[in-house]
This record gives sequence, C-alpha cells and structure tokens, in this order.
Amino acid sequence: MSEQALALVTGASRGIGRAVAETLAKQGYKVVGTATSESGAASIREALQAVGAGNDAIVLNIADAEQTAEALKAFLAEHGTPAVLVNNAGITRDNLFLRMSDEEWNAVINTNLSGVFRVCKAMVKPMIKAKAGAIVNISSIIGTTGNAGQANYAAAKAGLEGFTRSLAQEVAARNITVNCVAPGFIKTDMTDVLPEAQKDAILSTIPSKRLGQPEEIAGAVAFLASDAAKYITGQTIHVNGGMNMG
Amino acid sequence: MSNIEERVKKIVCEQLGVKEEEVKPASSFVDDLGADSLDTVELVMALEEEFETEIPDEDAEKLTTVQEAIDYIVANL
Repeated sequence: MSEQALALVTGASRGIGRAVAETLAKQGYKVVGTATSESGAASIREALQAVGAGNDAIVLNIADAEQTAEALKAFLAEHGTPAVLVNNAGITRDNLFLRMSDEEWNAVINTNLSGVFRVCKAMVKPMIKAKAGAIVNISSIIGTTGNAGQANYAAAKAGLEGFTRSLAQEVAARNITVNCVAPGFIKTDMTDVLPEAQKDAILSTIPSKRLGQPEEIAGAVAFLASDAAKYITGQTIHVNGGMNMG
Repeated sequence: MSNIEERVKKIVCEQLGVKEEEVKPASSFVDDLGADSLDTVELVMALEEEFETEIPDEDAEKLTTVQEAIDYIVANL
C-alpha cells in the first residue's frame, strides 16, 4: 500500500471485534476501533497503539441514530474515508419467544440491524466518491439455522445478510464489495455466559469438536477486506468448524 | 452564469463519461446520456462538492436534465 489504508471496526473493545481490529492493525492498516463507552475506547486505543501509533478509537453507539451521525462525521473529518468497514458491534437479549418483550426485540433489531444501516449510510457515500471500499458485516450462524431463545438475534442477523446482498448490488460497479462473515460458536464473552450444559450440547454439533477463536473470524474478515477478494461480493462466508455446511 | 454552465457540463462529462459535444442543455441524464439511478446520485454528489452546497434529496430527484441542474445551482448558490 502506498498510503496506509484506513479501517473502521465497530464494537472493537472485546471478542471478535477486538481480534479483527488487532489483525488488521498487524497487517498494516491504520485501524480505528469503536466502543460504546470512553473506557472501552481507551482500552482499544491502548491495545491498537501497541501495534502502531497511528491507530485510534472513538465512542460510537450505533443504537443511537443522532450520536452515530455525529461521531462518524467527526471520524470522517479527522481520519478520512475508510478503505475497510467492519460492522461487528452487536448485542444479545435472549429469551424464549413467549417471554420475549417488545423491548428485547427492538433493542436487538435496533443495534444489530438498524445500527449497521446507520453506519453504512455514513460511510458508503464517501466510499462511492473514493470508488473503493470493502464492507464486512459480522453475521452469525444463528441467522441461517435459527436458535431457540434467539428469535430477535436470528431475525436481525438474517436481515443483515439480506441487507448485505442488496447493498452489494447497488455499489458493486463502484468497486465496493459488501460481504458477511457468519461465525459459529466462538469463544468470547458472548458465549462464555452460556450454561455448561448448553455449551456441551453445542460442542456435540461441531465436527471440529471445539469452539472457534476470535482470530479465526478475523482471518476471514481480513481476506474479504483484501484486494485478493475484490471479485467476491454479496456473499456470506461461514466460519464454524463445520457446524453448518449449507 | 456561463462559468457555472461550464462547470456543470464538465462534471456531467466526468461523471457520466460522455463527450462535451453530447451534453446539450436539454439532455436528460438518464434518457440521453445513459445514466443509471446510481449515476444520478453520484452526479448530485459531485455537484454538491464542486459548488460546496448541499442538495436535499427531494430537490435532487427533480434534477433530470443539464439545464435543470444549471438552473438549480444558479438559484441556490
């Protein structure tokens, strides 16, 4: 790269997002990670600046349309147009459907689906001007298989994949790719909270017989972000130890 | 005025990849100059940049010909 390419990674304070941010930084990208709190942003900044001094972090709450618009405007003014956008930030509010409240439903749809819409809304225009970009959305195996207790999460992730295919068609001729990486069960804070019995049940369905590591998701993201993947768009790459082979 | 006209035409040529002699005041971006819907969005973005202005979506939809774009810029600059 003649000029250091910029990557924006949402939800980078822990788990998959952190691994993606660190992997891209190690590959030579200038990475800006986001977190919903100042302390989260500080932790990202510290980790990323250990890799490269130019890396940074910002506070971004994609559930809040106004804050997102303002924070991303400031981001664009300070750092310029990203070559790579990784929409990773997401939440869970698990409950059985019969017990699921409107609040639990709306919170997950608002962050995991509408939040990605908002971030893309801010980033696609400058990417079109730059006539370059790679957007990678972090979906989930649950978007394909469904999961008891995760109707909201499954709907948001399946919706995200449909969104990805539509946006991909609109911007493909502008040299912008839009893809999903759909992780299976990855060892993160999000899966650590699952009961042991459920973890054992999940493991029995994974041919690899282990949970994935966040770095194994980061590898797929980095590939889709790279020039080697310029002709891949509108796709979902499943990284799940063989748990679902389509 | 003529300066604005020239700048608008230049941007139309750049954005739509057409020759200057093809760009007439009455030329329709879509019907005459071969623009698709995303081309017209990009054209508006380029006009916004050139003239350092913001064109609201509801106005942008009405800009279908070269003359309409020129008139809009003249009226709103």
